[in-house]
Amino acid sequence: MPLYHDEDQAMLADTATSFMADEGNIAKQLRHWRDRDCPDGFGHALWKQMAEMGFTGMLVDEDDGGLGMGHVEAGIVLEQIGRNLTPSPFLTSSVLAATALKHGSAEMKGRYLPGLIEGESVFAVAIDETAKHRPGRITTRAEKSGNGFKLNGAKTFVIQGASADMLVVAARTSGGDEDNDGVTLFAVPKDASGISQDPVRLVDSSVASHIKFDGVELDGDAVIGEVDAGRDILNSMLTAGRVGAAAEGIGVASGAMDMTIDYLKQRKQFGTLIGEFQALQHRASHLYSEVEIARAAVIKAQQLLDAGAESAELMSSVAKAKVAKSAGLAVKEGVQMHGGIGMTDEYDIGLYMKRDRALQEFLGDAYFHANRVAEMSGY
Amino acid sequence: MTDLETFRSETRSWLEANCPAEMREPVRDEEDVYWGGRNATFKNDAQKAWFEACLEKGYTVPAWPKAYGGAGLEPAEAKVLREEMGRINARPPLSSFGIWMLGPALLKFGTEEQKKHFLGQIARGEIRWCQGYSEPGSGSDLVSLQTFGEDKGDHWVVNGQKVWTSYADQCDWIFCLVRTDKEDKYRGITFMLFDMESEGASTKPIKLISGNSPFCETFFDDVKVPKSYGEGIPAYVGEINRGWDVAKYLLGHEREMISGAGGGDRTSAIGAAMKRHAAKTGDEIDPVLRAELAMFDVDALAYGAMGEKFLDEIKVGKAHPAQPNMMKYAGTELNKRRHELMMTAGGSRSLEWESEETDGGKPSRNWLRTKANSIEGGTSEIMLNVISKRILELPGS
Repeated sequence: MPLYHDEDQAMLADTATSFMADEGNIAKQLRHWRDRDCPDGFGHALWKQMAEMGFTGMLVDEDDGGLGMGHVEAGIVLEQIGRNLTPSPFLTSSVLAATALKHGSAEMKGRYLPGLIEGESVFAVAIDETAKHRPGRITTRAEKSGNGFKLNGAKTFVIQGASADMLVVAARTSGGDEDNDGVTLFAVPKDASGISQDPVRLVDSSVASHIKFDGVELDGDAVIGEVDAGRDILNSMLTAGRVGAAAEGIGVASGAMDMTIDYLKQRKQFGTLIGEFQALQHRASHLYSEVEIARAAVIKAQQLLDAGAESAELMSSVAKAKVAKSAGLAVKEGVQMHGGIGMTDEYDIGLYMKRDRALQEFLGDAYFHANRVAEMSGY
Repeated sequence: MTDLETFRSETRSWLEANCPAEMREPVRDEEDVYWGGRNATFKNDAQKAWFEACLEKGYTVPAWPKAYGGAGLEPAEAKVLREEMGRINARPPLSSFGIWMLGPALLKFGTEEQKKHFLGQIARGEIRWCQGYSEPGSGSDLVSLQTFGEDKGDHWVVNGQKVWTSYADQCDWIFCLVRTDKEDKYRGITFMLFDMESEGASTKPIKLISGNSPFCETFFDDVKVPKSYGEGIPAYVGEINRGWDVAKYLLGHEREMISGAGGGDRTSAIGAAMKRHAAKTGDEIDPVLRAELAMFDVDALAYGAMGEKFLDEIKVGKAHPAQPNMMKYAGTELNKRRHELMMTAGGSRSLEWESEETDGGKPSRNWLRTKANSIEGGTSEIMLNVISKRILELPGS
């Protein structure tokens, strides 16, 4: 398959580009909710609109009422989310949770998917337990109790946890903390007793929860897939989420880069446009090159994932790491090249820097994924 | 089976039957490469058999039309052939600047008779070509070149000097940028073709920091170049005084080639190979070096995807016309980094300049050779200038 969008995908990209620019732009969404200190950090009305556009159920199978599209398509929407810094539950609900729910029972799908597709429900994923992403180690435990389970432990960096109707929780049902086997995924309703959430605002104005599970009682039908066999589902969620985060990161990177290049064409010092200075031209061109390469890694990873190729794992880490590096460069160069105004809250470039920082951390940073590339390559 | 699948399975059996085992070994030195030309000799029977088998099939230049000695393969078929040759590590049957550089220029700008005459010679490996571009005073600022062809009616008299002419001392003919109008900088250059055995043409090899001499200085002292080699076969490509158009087109082509966009060594990851190598010599990879190798591999694998995307986009005209400059910049910088890391991982053994164990100092000589990657065919700084101007459309000259 050639590494560019086919006709349908190009049409979707046009639609997503204008929709997110019109409805999801920084003034309408990110700044609007931030400046009102909104506890969700995003707008439910936009989530409904995204449902009307058909975005929310893109990755849900057609048999389950979704559009049965792939990660290239989800990535097209995510790139525009990144470019507009649009706060929304798309990545966690429509990519991560939707990937988990593919493995749920018919009854579970019936309970959750319509709400997702309609834009009525928001889901969150509770995976991390430490400040650095380390999904190999899971200490939150779910012990058999009657016909169900009792959940004990703590999760952190649960994006939009307090806004979610359901949490996908990775817990241990057997074995040691670092065992591959013995992990089970649960769909935990928000109102289950014994859950305490401590939502905190992050640098990018998104809201994430520290969550404690204190003897939370779950029915047996809260299990996603099979008991003790959740690692594969978790891995497929992580791969989908990382490729999705990389796509959003490309949007952040190109948004910051375009804004900066535009600025170089407007700002005058010493009586000349600063874009005429070779010192800046070379840095801008280097940045362009890095962002282009990262974009290629992302579409390659998306296509491999959609094709079910084994190498999708490796490429997902390549893409996440490469995007982290190039988006990091884009926002740092962006603020520096904007000079003093780059430090002001009034200008948007700083918002890109903040979003990039949070996105880098989500599901593993460049170091995590470079290490993973080394391990998968055999060193 | 689709046509392409049929083609793949036929190609696979043909390669199995025709590519000798010796031709599936990595290229170790200059003698392993068959360049063709008047004075060419085959290193061994296998090299000869492989060349002749490919020649018969049109596979020395598979994507060129059959009328000019190629196999007339469609782009998709040519890709299959490349993949299948790559799968068994088959060496190219014939390497030449005629295939890589002059051929594409003639295919785009040449007359029908020119194509028949020169492309056939190239496809058959009869004439080995070199490229006369850079001059001592015209490197990055190539268009300032001074080598001058004085118009004498039916011929020019060429005087001047070229530098960095690859293998000029072993080549038969040269495609050469010559100023034919001193008044017009851009529209005063002609893309000439002439025989290096002409009276007044001479070469002198340049010894590089790698100890090797792949480049020459080339001198033209009253060289007489006829304007035509026969009916419909002018001695220049394109029009007189419009050679810069051809040169620019070829520079784009060259940058694409140097960028390693087609895959191969330049885009592969190296960490695993470095670890295996260290295990053999009883060494260990330092954890900090491992981290650098991992970061390199991320960049290399991402660049591999970029190469693939770039070629896919070129085929359908989606790539920005200046994108080869970006590929060249990123690809050559990556390759330099690769060899820095390989030198470091190899330790003191990599420093050996002549030992048998290093095959005559391969690691260090190759490392030094890569330093030219970001100079030849347009420096990295020139690439960045071009990206600024043509892709980002930043202001200024």
